[in-house]
Amino acid sequence: MKELVVLSGKGGTGKTSVVASFAALAENIVLVDCDVDAADLHLVLSPRIEKENEFWSGEVAYIDGEECNECGLCQKLCRFDAIKDFKVDPIACEGCGFCAQICPVGAVDMCQNMAGHWFVSYTKYGTLVHARLGIAQENSGKLVSVVRQQAKLIAEKENAEHILSDGPPGIGCPVISSLSGADVALVVTEPTLSGIHDLERVLGVCHHFGIPSAVCINKYDLNEENSRRIQDYCSSHGIEVAGRIPFDEVVIKALVQRLPVVEYSPGCSVAREIEKVWQFVAR
Amino acid sequence: MILSIASGKGGTGKTLLATNLALALSSKARVQLLDCDVEEPNDNLFLRLPVSYSQFVYIPIPKVDETKCNYCGKCSEVCVYNAIAVLPQKVLVFPELCHGCGACSYLCPEVAIVEEGKPVGVVEKGSLGNLELVQGKLNVGEVMAPPIIRAVKKYIDAKSEIIIDVSPGTSCPVVEAVEGSDFCLLVTEPTPFGLNDLSLAVEVTKEIGVPCGVVINRAGMAEGETERYCREHDVPILLKIPLDREIAVLYSKGIPLVQGMPQWREAFLGLFENIAARVGRGKMPEGSGEGKDRQ
Repeated sequence: MKELVVLSGKGGTGKTSVVASFAALAENIVLVDCDVDAADLHLVLSPRIEKENEFWSGEVAYIDGEECNECGLCQKLCRFDAIKDFKVDPIACEGCGFCAQICPVGAVDMCQNMAGHWFVSYTKYGTLVHARLGIAQENSGKLVSVVRQQAKLIAEKENAEHILSDGPPGIGCPVISSLSGADVALVVTEPTLSGIHDLERVLGVCHHFGIPSAVCINKYDLNEENSRRIQDYCSSHGIEVAGRIPFDEVVIKALVQRLPVVEYSPGCSVAREIEKVWQFVAR
Repeated sequence: MILSIASGKGGTGKTLLATNLALALSSKARVQLLDCDVEEPNDNLFLRLPVSYSQFVYIPIPKVDETKCNYCGKCSEVCVYNAIAVLPQKVLVFPELCHGCGACSYLCPEVAIVEEGKPVGVVEKGSLGNLELVQGKLNVGEVMAPPIIRAVKKYIDAKSEIIIDVSPGTSCPVVEAVEGSDFCLLVTEPTPFGLNDLSLAVEVTKEIGVPCGVVINRAGMAEGETERYCREHDVPILLKIPLDREIAVLYSKGIPLVQGMPQWREAFLGLFENIAARVGRGKMPEGSGEGKDRQ
């Protein structure tokens, strides 16, 4: 079994569109949406939720106003400025529990925090594990670990050939959580200066964690000079460019119909190139 | 005014909005642009300001003096992040798990723990005329963006108009960047992904009590659903930028729209004035407008 994670650094380069098409092309896969902040893969794959689970993560401090003697020690020591006027701001609280440890009158309780939900769903392409982090919650990295773990268990049970994971943008906590221990990363980029800058950073993260990576240039013909720069950068770093997808409104049209491009318009130039990329990363 | 620019979904045009608003406005007022997308800061690819100031951002990590430590295990017991483990003759610290809360050093009965700074990123500044850029950069391989965002926001100059470029998503880095704003502009695109993530971003702004408005980027194909959503949720649509290959090509080259297509300057100025009027007229949210930032 091989776990493939699709990343991008910069958001909006086409990760989810590429993953949705891979889902339609692959056989015997388990899908996982690791973008738990703003999950979108389910919008294209029309899942039927079969199992819904609560995600309990971390704790939040609560000050009992009756017991509190307003000594102010917790306010002084909290590094996250989460306590004002002897009340806890649950959004700012990072759940470290320092305040509860040092309160001289024991007025602080740590309460379990329900930080989101995760789902196991049926799709016609294979099982999808996805999640929804609660609004303004922390611990997205932990929730990513949970969905990946579940996907692995299911893939083992189903004897799946691939785990295909739609990653989050950026290079921080949830990205590292999506990437660590995966077999290969495909980075979808675009030929813009921002795309190139962010590509280099996310490839740096892959390198840092020792994950082999390949690159796919989306909308390559929007700026062919920049696309050549990306290819030069990749070849000088020993990274394969697995495909170059042209800029075409068919991608948005497929999306509006909530279909993978390879299903919406099989045989179009975008679909053919995505197939090529899939052949490359699946082998 | 502190105006933050967020989106939920990535790649909808936050950087486009932030840099062009800042450039348009800087012809009339002092402007400070804070690039708080510290995982992937891109504003200066468009502004190209020379960086004149650079400061490391550290988070405090425990350092155990094993000559004083008696391996009682208190530090490991109080650390909810499992960032410190006590073995019979050795204490292990895992810096990448540490949030820097300070509980272990404060509560160590033997006073055997001091904190030392671990660099996790950098804050840089550059300016030209009326425009100052402050950008944060998370080191590659580091996990936690919020300490860098807090560090960037410490440089807020209350005498300037402040524009904050926020990272995509809906979790802690977004909250950290948007908190304390007078208004949050949400940039979306008229696709099912754009709309889904816009609705999440609207929820975030509600949760933290910052009024919001919407900019629809790449408009012209199918924004009916987005318009309906905004109407039903009483969120004003303040600007539409059409799907246009010329705009996309300028962006790809790192050329600001107000320079490549100067006719857009008035639109961005109008957008800012519209928001300023809304903030002035509307009820100010609690805790906003003080340029507050967290330690």
